[in-house]
Amino acid sequence: MIEIKHLIKTYKNDSVETKVLRDISLSIATGQMIAIIGPSGAGKSTLLYQMSLLDHPTSGTVFINDLDINSISSQQRTAYRLSSLGYVFQDYSLLPELTAQENVALPLFMQGLSKPDALDRARIALERIGLGERLSNHPSQLSGGEQQRVGIARAIVNEPHIIFADEPTANLDSASSREVIAVLLDINKRGQTVVMVTHEMEYAQLCHRIVELRDGSIVSDTKTQRV
Amino acid sequence: MSSPADKKLNSASLTTCLSVGLFLSIRQVRSTSIWTTSLIVFIMVLTFLNLVVASGILVGSIEGAILAVQKHYLGDIFISTLTQKAYIERTNDIISAAKNLPGVESVSARYIAPGTLQADYKKSKKPSDLSDQVSASFAGIDPTNENAVSDLSSLVVEGSYLQEGDYDQVLLGGMLLKRYNSFESSSFPVLPDVQIGDRVLVTINGNSREVIVKGIVFSKVDEIDRRVFFVDSQLRKFINRFDYNADEIAIRLTSGTDPISIKNALLADGFGSFARIQTQQDAEPKFIKDLRDTFAILGNVISSIGLVVTAITIFIVIFINAITRRKYIGILKSIGMHSRAIEFSYIFQSIFYALVGSTIGLAITYGFLVPFFTQNPIDFPFGDGILVAPIEGTLLRVLVLMIATIVAGYVPARIIIKRNTLDAILGR
Repeated sequence: MIEIKHLIKTYKNDSVETKVLRDISLSIATGQMIAIIGPSGAGKSTLLYQMSLLDHPTSGTVFINDLDINSISSQQRTAYRLSSLGYVFQDYSLLPELTAQENVALPLFMQGLSKPDALDRARIALERIGLGERLSNHPSQLSGGEQQRVGIARAIVNEPHIIFADEPTANLDSASSREVIAVLLDINKRGQTVVMVTHEMEYAQLCHRIVELRDGSIVSDTKTQRV
Repeated sequence: MSSPADKKLNSASLTTCLSVGLFLSIRQVRSTSIWTTSLIVFIMVLTFLNLVVASGILVGSIEGAILAVQKHYLGDIFISTLTQKAYIERTNDIISAAKNLPGVESVSARYIAPGTLQADYKKSKKPSDLSDQVSASFAGIDPTNENAVSDLSSLVVEGSYLQEGDYDQVLLGGMLLKRYNSFESSSFPVLPDVQIGDRVLVTINGNSREVIVKGIVFSKVDEIDRRVFFVDSQLRKFINRFDYNADEIAIRLTSGTDPISIKNALLADGFGSFARIQTQQDAEPKFIKDLRDTFAILGNVISSIGLVVTAITIFIVIFINAITRRKYIGILKSIGMHSRAIEFSYIFQSIFYALVGSTIGLAITYGFLVPFFTQNPIDFPFGDGILVAPIEGTLLRVLVLMIATIVAGYVPARIIIKRNTLDAILGR
């Protein structure tokens, strides 16, 4: 469960102070799939970064499964991201020098798995999302949709509790986007929490909840028909 | 016992970080363009050569002269007169004892006498004119024994070497002749025009004798180049020395024989009371040792500057690499890769470049440069410069290069990795 209370995020640039998130309080139950929507500059990605331990809020608290993530050290945050969180980036963010299988296996290497075991689990994860034939391809040899699916496989391979997806379909055509959303829905159906930032209402409607941000504040929090 | 929550906060072990770092570095090196890799390796090779060769040439410039003195004059063991004695007493006993020692290859006794050498004594001159005359040291040698010890015949640059029966023929040292010695002065005059076959007048202890120049030796070893060589029997007769007691004995040892053991064996036989027995290193003048040390320090200073330049180069290379890969470093951190693993990946890359550069440098040094300079020494006025690169010293330099490279690779990687993960991902 993710519990956000009175979250404020302010960026300072020289003497200019920009309040990006204004007193956000939000609770996300385990196993939910939630879409965060809103216009550009609303603070969607910033909210995702605060929840996912990639950034520190200016004030307020974020609890993940009762753990106050502001109270832990930088190294503990890294370790927690490795063990419990998965990330899907808008631009896929795969390492170009690694094959698809190696990209997916990387978090497992870091968890101390032997190379053969890690590569085997990476293979299974890629086969699960239909990329069993692309194991030894480098990112440059994959289409955008395929790269994003590799990114998802990397996010789920160590079976984290929560998957954070930052506009995962923004750079994809509609067919690829549908494939990616289908994979995320499948992950959620297996019990993992998914928090997704998106511009596209069509995909937001497929989540349990839609949280709409505007100017750094939540303007609506609605349950969808999926519930 | 740690709870499951604690386990999730535990950092990766050092072994895991090393293993992941190695994996990432291999993949990065493999994906780097061959030209970039070649350029970095080329820089490392140049650095290695700068470290080893610059100081090696400096030390070698003096070492070549020292080796020449050892090879052509001192031998491995050098026996000379005690300061309170006129010559080496019991010379024959010493030679016999030395020849019986295992490891002694050859022995040569030399009879030395100071005198003058006159070249144009037959020309008529004004009473006020000075004749062409130089002071020289006259050495009587057994041509065969001397050649076995000092390879003197290889130093003959004009004419030919002495033979056992040469009655009135001599070898002149090149430094006595103007055409081999450009440092002529009133204190050290030289003979202007002496050719092979010319007659010269030798005067020792007031006795003069006319001899024919059979050959000229030139070695850049002053002790040889300022001497006039006779067959020993002729010189002894000339200076009335009939006791066979020599002034110098040079001993050549077989390869691998410890000179100290031979010196100690001769001293144990009591010959230390009749002569000064020294190894080549003992006999080396102190100023040569000081010069060698000074050149070694100079070489190390030059090498150190090269090392700093290399460290800066590696720093810049790794820094640019890390800066351009900042986004990927951010991604690695965001997916939970320990910063130490990422640092190791850059350190391993640095080690790779240093290792490949050093290996190529070693191959060039020992496969080409050392043999080349041995075959084609650099022609310095005071000796032949060689490349001195003892393997233990070279390995030490490889180690120093490696440490400098590791530091130079670690620091920029650390600077980039310490930056905020999100800023790195977003390129801020």
